[in-house]
Amino acid sequence: MDRPLTQHIRPDREPLTLREYEQVGGYQAARQALQAAPRDVTDQVLKASLRGRGGGGFLTGQKWSLVPPDDGSGQPKYIVANGDEMEPGTMKDRWLLEGQPHQLIEGLLLGAYAIQARVAYIFLRWDYKLAARRLQQALAEAYAERLLGAHILGTDYQLDMVLHTSAGRYMCGEETGLLNAIEGRRANPRNKPPFAVTCGLWGRPTAINNVETLCCIPHIVQRGGDWFRSLSRSPDEGGTKIYGVSGRVRHPGLWELPLGTTARELLEEHAGGLRDGYVFRGLLPGGASTDFLVAQHLDVKLDFSSVEKAGSRLGTGTMVVLDDRTCPVGLVLNLMQFFARESCGWCTPCREGLPWLARTLQALEDGQGTSADLDLLDAHVQTIRMGHTFCALAPGAMAPLGSALKYFRRDFERHVADQRCPWRAP
Amino acid sequence: MLTEQEQQAIGEELRHYPQPRAAVSEALKIVQRHRGWVSDESVRDIGAALDLTPAEVDSVATFYSMIFRRPVGRHVILICDSVSCWIMGANPLQAHLAATLGIQPGATTADGRFTLLPCACLGACDRAPALMIDDDLHVDLTLEKLGELLEKYA
Ligand SMILES: Cc1cc2nc3c(=O)[nH]c(=O)nc-3n(C[C@H](O)[C@H](O)[C@H](O)COP(=O)(O)O)c2cc1C
Ligand code: SF4
Repeated sequence: MDRPLTQHIRPDREPLTLREYEQVGGYQAARQALQAAPRDVTDQVLKASLRGRGGGGFLTGQKWSLVPPDDGSGQPKYIVANGDEMEPGTMKDRWLLEGQPHQLIEGLLLGAYAIQARVAYIFLRWDYKLAARRLQQALAEAYAERLLGAHILGTDYQLDMVLHTSAGRYMCGEETGLLNAIEGRRANPRNKPPFAVTCGLWGRPTAINNVETLCCIPHIVQRGGDWFRSLSRSPDEGGTKIYGVSGRVRHPGLWELPLGTTARELLEEHAGGLRDGYVFRGLLPGGASTDFLVAQHLDVKLDFSSVEKAGSRLGTGTMVVLDDRTCPVGLVLNLMQFFARESCGWCTPCREGLPWLARTLQALEDGQGTSADLDLLDAHVQTIRMGHTFCALAPGAMAPLGSALKYFRRDFERHVADQRCPWRAP
Repeated sequence: MLTEQEQQAIGEELRHYPQPRAAVSEALKIVQRHRGWVSDESVRDIGAALDLTPAEVDSVATFYSMIFRRPVGRHVILICDSVSCWIMGANPLQAHLAATLGIQPGATTADGRFTLLPCACLGACDRAPALMIDDDLHVDLTLEKLGELLEKYA
């Protein structure tokens, strides 16, 4: 099985140096691409049917096609690698960042060339210290070898690449919040439209792509969009995917597998199923802001369209497993506390609504809930949705809550009826 | 007053952005690296260096969880309290840590050695529960491992 993104990552050694990376074919794609038209990169990426791995699943080639051509103003265009990765339950970009920094740099270089960006930022979350160190080192190597800077590989193309480390806030990962963060403002989101591809950093066209998305690009360019597309088990979406499993399973971890691997295969074959004495109850397929899937969904293919059909989102593709000895109300409370804390405070439904919901869930957990509280939770799931809030953070917070109310209703009701959390010792 | 070292480091950062304002989060981190935290005076000094009002600097400083506007201990413990760690026992771990250190989450020990801060998902969900002390990530924690771990940070 092909594992292009992770085949050279070894947990027990430092990542490949520039020389080693080149020995296994690294920067071949860049050499190839920079001799050809920028549009060729985008065309291969379109052929590859690569959908963004940051959670939204937007077609990467399409995003790059939306970036306007040079307007002759002399002002730069920008590209950003989104490595904020603060979605609870998500640890996939860390693997790529720590494991093979040159792959990201090459992917970002190719993306930059495709849209003719002059400056590229790698937006990295604060906590990824090891990744920061390794990226800094790889960037220095790339500059020294003329893979970055002026006259890259002897061409006229110039690109500066900068590592921007954040200081800890989930909203910085939302793409317009990220723009504000890089510009040195509070990371509140911006109104859309205009979209970043036309009006991003300092009002200039800016492409924002997830780390894993960008790591796919060198392979697409080198081996072709059709090849990449054929790696997947799903008809309309190409590539492999970094899947992850956490929770009470035998072997929590990360795996690069064909896109469209089923939830059951991931959970049972790769993660080894639930630990002894625990029974499966549900899973969040792609981080904290995705809807629960339950036993009836285990044979769903983990690709964007199939998971959506099952009523959830693939999100980041790193699942969190709920077992029978973990209280679903407590779990949703934990998530709601996270979202409430990370709310940027810009719009009322989120700033006021999420803490209110967290308090209501806490009351249920503490045995003080009433059935009116369940109605209140239901009502908020209906109200706090896209279009009613300024960004996707608060609607994301409703995904686990709404689906838990649907699939684990009995458990919520028992909290009210028994006036205590059934999972806590009486 | 910013030290020469700090000014120089901030100057380096300015080169990466078309506008000085963009270096504000780096400037805050630079000051914090040298002084442990960011005082009101430093907020004003950073503002002066980047041509921003103190309020503008503080609006960014207070947005970020990892910019400390109050003094912290010599070592900062960030304990993940998000979902995967919570499932895997982060709560008892945090309670044990608080009891061992004799402080509430958010506080600093009387000897100034540790500050304990619950934090959002550290991206180590497959190795939960996890925490960071200063720049080091520690994973697959148990109550037994904790004591030994703290010993390493004097
Ligand atoms: C609250 C919030 C946080 C987000 N955090 C991240 C993140 O950490 N990393 C990421 O790649 N995308 C994140 N996204 C999605 C980005 O807004 C954006 O869609 C993505 O970076 C685009 O890259 P892609 O097209 O390669 O998926 C977040 C979205 C929201 C609403
Ligand atoms: S939904 Fe929440 S995070 Fe998004 S703009 Fe509104 S307050 Fe900010």
